[in-house]
Order: sequence, then C-alpha cells, then structure tokens
Amino acid sequence: MRETFDGLLDFLPRIPLGDTIEAFVDWLTNAEAFFNGLRGGIAGVTNGFLWLLELLPAVILILLLTGLAYWVVRNQEKKWGLPSLVFFGLLLIHSLEYWDDLMLTLALVLTATAISIVIGVPVGIWMARNNYVQMIITPVLDFMQTMPAFVYLIPAVAFFSIGIVPGVVASVIFAMPPTVRLTNLGIRQVPTEMIEAAEAFGSTPNQKLVKVQLPQAQVTIMAGINQTIMLALSMVVIAAMIGTDGLGREVYYAVGRNDIAMGFEAGISIVILAIMLDRMSQAFNRNAK
Amino acid sequence: MSEIKVEGLTKIFGKRPKQGLKLLDEGKTKDEILEETGLTVGVNKADFEVDQGEIFVIMGLSGSGKSTLVRLLNRLIEPTGGKVWLNDEDLAAMDDKQLREVRRKKMGMVFQKFGLFPFRTILDNVVYGLEVQGISEEDRMQKAQNALELVGLKGYENQYPDQLSGGMQQRVGLARALANDPPILLMDEAFSALDPLIRKDMQDELLDLQTKMQKTIIFITHDLDEALRIGDRITIMKDGAIVQVGTPEEILTNPANDYVERFVEDVDRSKVYTVKNIMVRPETVNLEKDGPRVALQRMRDADISSIYVTNKNRELEGICHAAEVSAAVKEDAKDLRPLLHTEVPTVDEETPVHDVFDMVSTSNVPIAVVDENNRLRGIVIRSKVLAALSGKEVNLDA
Repeated sequence: MRETFDGLLDFLPRIPLGDTIEAFVDWLTNAEAFFNGLRGGIAGVTNGFLWLLELLPAVILILLLTGLAYWVVRNQEKKWGLPSLVFFGLLLIHSLEYWDDLMLTLALVLTATAISIVIGVPVGIWMARNNYVQMIITPVLDFMQTMPAFVYLIPAVAFFSIGIVPGVVASVIFAMPPTVRLTNLGIRQVPTEMIEAAEAFGSTPNQKLVKVQLPQAQVTIMAGINQTIMLALSMVVIAAMIGTDGLGREVYYAVGRNDIAMGFEAGISIVILAIMLDRMSQAFNRNAK
Repeated sequence: MSEIKVEGLTKIFGKRPKQGLKLLDEGKTKDEILEETGLTVGVNKADFEVDQGEIFVIMGLSGSGKSTLVRLLNRLIEPTGGKVWLNDEDLAAMDDKQLREVRRKKMGMVFQKFGLFPFRTILDNVVYGLEVQGISEEDRMQKAQNALELVGLKGYENQYPDQLSGGMQQRVGLARALANDPPILLMDEAFSALDPLIRKDMQDELLDLQTKMQKTIIFITHDLDEALRIGDRITIMKDGAIVQVGTPEEILTNPANDYVERFVEDVDRSKVYTVKNIMVRPETVNLEKDGPRVALQRMRDADISSIYVTNKNRELEGICHAAEVSAAVKEDAKDLRPLLHTEVPTVDEETPVHDVFDMVSTSNVPIAVVDENNRLRGIVIRSKVLAALSGKEVNLDA
C-alpha cells in the first residue's frame, strides 16, 4: 500500500532549481565591471562614514552623541534617561576596547540604512502610486525578509568578494523591506479627503506627493526606517561570517573559541548600540509629529 | 446666465462601465444593471443648469449619488459619459493641464470632514491652493490673510487644525476655498459634521458671505431643512438620478413623486412659506369714491365683518368695521372718513409665515399685506395660515 502511493510521484524528475539559480548567479558575475564599480561605490560610502566618525577623538564624539541624544528628547518628560544611556554606554564600550569595532559597525549600519532609504523610499512611493507595482513587489519583499539571512552571504561573496562591502549588501537586502513597506503603507493611508483636497485645488501629482502625501506619511516612513536600522544591525554578526569586521566579528570569534567573556563583552556592546540607535530614531520621529 | 450646464452626466462604477452606459440607454434601471452586469450606477444621466450667483443645493439620502455628482463636476471622479459645460468649455473633455487650471482658478471645494492638512498651520492650509499655482510668497500670504479675515479667523494663523473646534476648522476649509476668489464653490456636506447650533451659524454666515460675494455655489446635503434654508434652487436625487429640480416652494408644494413627498413630509413649512404664498385677494372700498352704503353692501356680500379702505392708487388708508358702518348708514352718513381706523397690522410679502403667527392670533382683523409703497397687495386670514401649515392651499403663482 505505502509503496504504491510513494511510487505515484516517481514520474517527477528532480527539478534543478538550485543549479539554475547557481548558473544564473555565475552568469551575473560576468558583469564584473558593473559589480566592481558598485563595490567601489559602497566601499567609498562606508569609508566616508568611517572617516567622519574617526575624525574626532573618542571623548569628543561621546560628548557629541550625548548632546544629540539630549536634543532629540528635549521636549519629553524624561529628558535624562537617553543621554545618560548614551554617555555611560559609550564609555563602557570604550573601556572594553571595542571602540574601533564600534565605529566600523556603526559605519556599516549607517551605510546600509542610507542605501536602504535611497532605494526603499522611491520604490515605496512607486508601489503606492501603482497597484500593479505593489502586486509584483510585495512578494519580492516577502521573499527578501523570509529567506534565511545567511543565504544572502553566498551571492554577496560571489559578486563582491569578502570584507565589509558584501556585508553591507547582505544587510541592505535583509533590512530594506520595512522602509519600502511602510513608505507604501504611509502614503496609502493618507485620508481620501486630504488627497481630494490636494487635487481639487489643482496640485500636480508631484506637488501632491511632496506637499501632502510625504508629510502626512512621514511618521509611518520613519517607523520603517527605524526597523531598517534594527535589521541592519542584526546582520552585523551574520556578515562577520564573510569577513566583515566590527563588533560582529568579535562575537563570531568568541563563538568559535567558546570564549564566554569575549562573547558577552562584544554582545553587550551591540546591545548598547542597538538601544541607542532605536531610542534616538524613535525620539526623532516623535519630534517630527 | 448659466455658469454650469450638465448634460447627461453619468458615472458607472465597475469593470466595463461603457457596457452599463449602453444598458442605461436601453432604459434599464440601476437595479437591473447591477443584477445583469455587477456594475453600479453612481450617477444616472443628470441634467441641470446652475446660474451665476445661485446657491444650488443637491439633496439626497446617503447612496443617492450626490457626493459622486459633485465630484464629477471637478473630475475628482472621472465621468463615464455626458458633458459638464463651464461657460463654453466641456470640462469632461479637458486634458490634465487644462483641468488643473480650472481647479486652480475657477473652483474651490469644501469637504465634509474638512480635508485640512494637519501638518500645516491654519495660514499654510489656506494658502495651499495659491501655493501650488506658484503665486509669489508675499501675494499669496496677503490673499490667504484676507480669506481668513473673511471667515472671522484672524489671529489663528499659526495654530494647527487640531487646536481648533469643528466649526472653526470648517471656516478654515471655507477660507481655503475662497482664498483664490474662484467663481464657483463646491461644498460637499460642508456643515454635516457640525453640531446643530454651529451648523445653523455656519449657514447664516454662508448666506451673509454670499450676499457680498455672489459666488455660484453647489451645495450637497442630506438635510432638507438645510437645503430649504440656504438653497435658491434644490435638486433631489435618488438612486443616482435627479428626481426633481425646483425652488424650495416648488419642491414642498408640488413634490414630483412619492419619494420627494416623503422627504418633505416633516418639514416645518412655516419657515419656508412666506406671506406671499398664503395671502388672499382682499375686498376693498375706495375712500374717494365709495361711501358707507357700498362698504356695507360689500361686507354683506363677502360675509365679512371688516373691510380695508384704499385710495385710487390702491394705497392702504385704513379699515372699517361692519358695526360702525352699519350705524353710520342708519344715520345716513355719506363719508367713510370718520369711520376709518388707520391703526392696522401690516406685513410685507416676503415675511415668513412663522413670523406672523403672533399677529394673526392676537389681531381680530385680517393682516394687511403691503408693498414698499404702502399699496395693498392682499390680506392674511387665520384659516389660510392653518391650511398652509398642513401643506394645502398654497398659492405658488403669487
């Protein structure tokens, strides 16, 4: 009995899905000049951020970031929580001697976020304007978010070799969807009457976008960007597997050596950075309201 | 002169609307078309004209297509068929650029839930229509400021919409529509979201503004009292079709069908009818020509106890009472003048019936209706007032 049913599907050949994708990826690597250019561009942006972050001595940067934290929460009741967290957190990371790694990781997160915004917001706008585009892009976003993040490392290495650039690329793929989704959602949620008002007074489509839809959707879009920052940071450890330096690499090494002390220190540094970025971007969003 | 002329304007919602258009031409009803094709007829071949300076009210229950109709006029919804003539241009045939020009220069719109931009200040909301036209900063701020003053919101420029009450927010909506001084105003249930007292204030204010501005206003409402209060003419819609167009009096006294009749059943007629609608032709005597005998004869013939006296120009002189005239006849008096009572209650033709209740109930003679030259136009008697309130015996040709 069991054999009969098992045999039913024998006519199906083994579908070479993996091989096909691999052949496709191989074929893509022919566009070497293109990927080399891209690699150079991404490396340039990352190094730019890094240069900016390392321009100032650590102590000045800590004070500046603390000041920034105070500035974003200045209108809220509890003004001292976030600035103290930033100040003492950064001091702790410095004393653990992870300052350089922190700068590298921060540069990677900033680059991935910047690229995600530059690509994600326009794509989100396009989706909001066109139902067909939404129909096509939504499953692509689902794919990008549900495919295990490790898988992105393989083509990232194929196209961009190892180092920080494939790390950024994998982070962008993994982290961009929330920005796209929430830009789309934010624009679609603008109340009909507001859109009608914009149109009834003779706005061009671009005026409607810039003067009404984006300002009204701003809070939602910012929430998407906040999510993107968090996801980019979560890629830091995974990207260490393909040679991306920074706090992630320390965690990755600690796991390999079963080094609890090092793992905890590097781990807590990432946590501090995550809370800092999350609270600051959220507070920034609240101010925008 | 008609400012807007709508011919066969139709909107059909659904996938292949042209098919529905054909079925409409074949005389199918909205329900039949829905059953056959799944298409929804939003507006069914509307025809009407709106005159310059008129408040034209489109009234109907929800789902009657009135909000769709007003959006077809500025093409927030694209018409499926028909024409919208704006002076000599067909709005339905315009390209995007021409349409934008019309929206910018010729039409302002006010929305039910105000449609204000919460992230802009009051002044920046009002200035929006001017801003998208690229009018210079100084110029547009000045115009917006004027519009805010017009609606009584001076001093609120830098507040945000959510800091204002509903009534004030709608004033902002009105100011925004007026800022560019367009000849046409589209008002979609503009006062429906306001509570009743504020709503009445806003209606009064709109009427006040209208006497100054003389805009062509298309006003959508589901509230008959509102329609009767502010409308010069009213259109009643049902199932996307226009059932009746007429002045408030015409609608009330001559409902085109049962639907309109049910609509108007509960209206407080006394506020709609004026003295003109209920006055009757009086029996009179001519002070210069007629004597007491003639007066008495006329009163007997008409079975009345008093009679109004005029001169040869039909100007009101006063009133005589039967008892006194009769006594005078017995004494063989020749002149009416000593019998004349000059203290008589008068009203003019345009006074609402509502406002003459007191007079009618306290006066023991009919009320004289006079024009501005004191000429006697008619009289108001008690039984006619009561008849009018029950919706009968109203004279519309007056």
